[in-house]
Amino acid sequence: MSTTILFTIISLSAIGAGAAIILYFVAQKFKVYEDPRIDQVEEALPAANCGGCGYPGCRGFAEALVKADDISELYCPVGGNETMAAVAKILGKEVEAKEPLVAVVRCSGSQEHRKRVNQYDGASSCAISSSLYAGETDCQYGCLGLGDCVDACDFDAIYMDEKTGLPVVIDDNCTACGACVKACPNDIIELRKKNKKDRKIFVSCVNQDKGGIARKSCKVACIGCGKCVKVCPFDAITMENFLAYIDPNKCKLCRKCVTECPTGAILEINFPPRKVKEDTKDAKSEPKEALEKSENNSSTQKNKEG
Amino acid sequence: MLKTFAKGGVHPAESKYSASSVIENLPLPKTVSIPIAQHIGAPSKPVVQKGDKVKVGDIIAESAGFVSANIHSSVFGTVSKIDNVLDSTGYKKPCVIIDVEGDEWNENIEKLTDLKKEIGLTDKEIIQKINQSGIVGLGGATFPSHVKLSIPDGKKIDVLIINGVECEPYLTSDHRLMLEKSEEMLVGIQILMKALSVNRAIIGIENNKSDAIEHLSGLVKNYPGIEVQALKVKYPQGGEKQLIKALIKREVPSGGLPLDVGAVVHNVGTVFAVYEAVQKNKPLFERVVTVTGKSVKKPSNFMVRIGTPVNELIEAAGGLPEDTGKVISGGPMMGKALNALEAPVAKGTSGILILPEEMAKRKPESTCIRCAKCVSVCPQGLEPYLLNKLTQLEKNDMLEKNGVMDCIECGSCAFTCPAGLPLLDYIRLGKSRVSQIIRSRKQ
Repeated sequence: MSTTILFTIISLSAIGAGAAIILYFVAQKFKVYEDPRIDQVEEALPAANCGGCGYPGCRGFAEALVKADDISELYCPVGGNETMAAVAKILGKEVEAKEPLVAVVRCSGSQEHRKRVNQYDGASSCAISSSLYAGETDCQYGCLGLGDCVDACDFDAIYMDEKTGLPVVIDDNCTACGACVKACPNDIIELRKKNKKDRKIFVSCVNQDKGGIARKSCKVACIGCGKCVKVCPFDAITMENFLAYIDPNKCKLCRKCVTECPTGAILEINFPPRKVKEDTKDAKSEPKEALEKSENNSSTQKNKEG
Repeated sequence: MLKTFAKGGVHPAESKYSASSVIENLPLPKTVSIPIAQHIGAPSKPVVQKGDKVKVGDIIAESAGFVSANIHSSVFGTVSKIDNVLDSTGYKKPCVIIDVEGDEWNENIEKLTDLKKEIGLTDKEIIQKINQSGIVGLGGATFPSHVKLSIPDGKKIDVLIINGVECEPYLTSDHRLMLEKSEEMLVGIQILMKALSVNRAIIGIENNKSDAIEHLSGLVKNYPGIEVQALKVKYPQGGEKQLIKALIKREVPSGGLPLDVGAVVHNVGTVFAVYEAVQKNKPLFERVVTVTGKSVKKPSNFMVRIGTPVNELIEAAGGLPEDTGKVISGGPMMGKALNALEAPVAKGTSGILILPEEMAKRKPESTCIRCAKCVSVCPQGLEPYLLNKLTQLEKNDMLEKNGVMDCIECGSCAFTCPAGLPLLDYIRLGKSRVSQIIRSRKQ
């Protein structure tokens, strides 16, 4: 009995030792050299594997970082400047600090502002809905409300507001990885500069229809009247296809455009309340006037084209 | 035993309410808005301007490439503007809008409707004429017909297949055309046979149109080379690949075209348009549209000018029923729900289907239990449940490997799914993603 056990132990150890020797030489022969810095860099990265950097996962990004001569173009939006500085230290390269970004939803067409003119009962996906037709409202540009952006977010930074039917970004969770921007078939979400105290001013509309049509489909649409362009002291606002756009790099958050906008398409978020309240009567009479103006603008634009 | 295709297929209720309604001419609308992108391929370039006077049959937008088609005015009147107008999907697409002032036709068009049998043109001239006349596949796919007739070197065609299947439930426009314009259609087939230089043509008709089969079988005796073949009723027999399989037992290879197996398929509506273009010099500016539905007062088949708003058709068929839940452009299987009734009729509009509320709703979704009903009905031999899942997981390489590009979007899978899953919706999304990847790979 005891000899059986003894022989088993001896023979198995012999096989094991033989295999170990073979494996050792095989491992020597087929050894692949890997830069040890890749592991170090991967360690420094946040391991979110979100793809926000444009590479497949953090490992892929680490390889790209080690390989690249100049890493100033590469950026991990999740880890931000701290992570990039740590990576630069490991690699002995230089990086410039980049301004942090945050996702912004550019549509205010809630159920209250935008009338539903039909019912969609297909698959619950914005991508499918937009490939089939223009959506439940008369605005073909706005939010479809089926939440592809929410599904795309790995950081729980965006949710659908049940009351408005629009997505809301939680600024503290948002890493600006850009997954929601890619997921949105209507290109409503934009990555904009993160300001102090999360203050934001942006045109919350992407409707490119002429003023009258835009206004009819949505109460808070940008009608392309151009008032904001005129009032902006920093030339930060441009007008294209009857749609205003505020350049986040030029905008100094003075809020003049917000009061000027007749439809309330420009939003100000996280600002303290204004001290002087303006006369409400004036504000009421403005939309009509602005609309006429926008029609004039459209005709002048046409003349230019012609 | 009647012929049919081998794999899969479903048999939805036929509901051909308008089968006995004679084709009527719809009165001219007040304005027409003619879309400049009515076909597969490059959108045409408008050649008219605001204020121009156009006659019926005048060219208003020129073909913008080989896979593209001319577009002609369908009315006599003044171009009021070229603007973006709501189309059948609810998106605003560029249209030429014409105020109708009468019905004066271009002098070159022969207005007499007598039958003209002699074919004066050579094969090259026929294809050129079809190209100029803006003829596209009228079965619904709207692929420019001259492209299908231009056979690349090295390929040999030995049979022309005419699609008179009309496998979509409800629709009857092809059926009526086969009954009422049968001689014209047969001459049209001869024209196409000459253009392709083949001496055999088969008209495939499903057995639920026995009057058309009888009528045409009697007539083809005078037209050598043309045969009529009755087929078992099964959806989607009107798909090119399925029809070829059913009639001549050849299988189009994955990723291939019918001409890879020596066949060309044309729809009966297209054949009639070819007859009119070649023999009467009449470009494609009108088509037969079925207006039908369970509660429609007067299910009809209308000869409609392209660009007529859909609501005028519905008005002529007795108005919109009160219980309407959905208005569909096309048939119930492949058609799309209309977003706005002001949308214009385009070259590919084969029917307007008005569904009552209770039929318009989808089944509530539940979970897939792997019953594989979708697999057994797929006429292309794919696995729809798998493609659906792969699309949701964005596994594009796996999608391609599992043949998503072979999907003909017939919707049999979603029709049969007991869990009510929107299978086709997801597969279509996956297909568009994969085709984008393939396109970028080629560049």
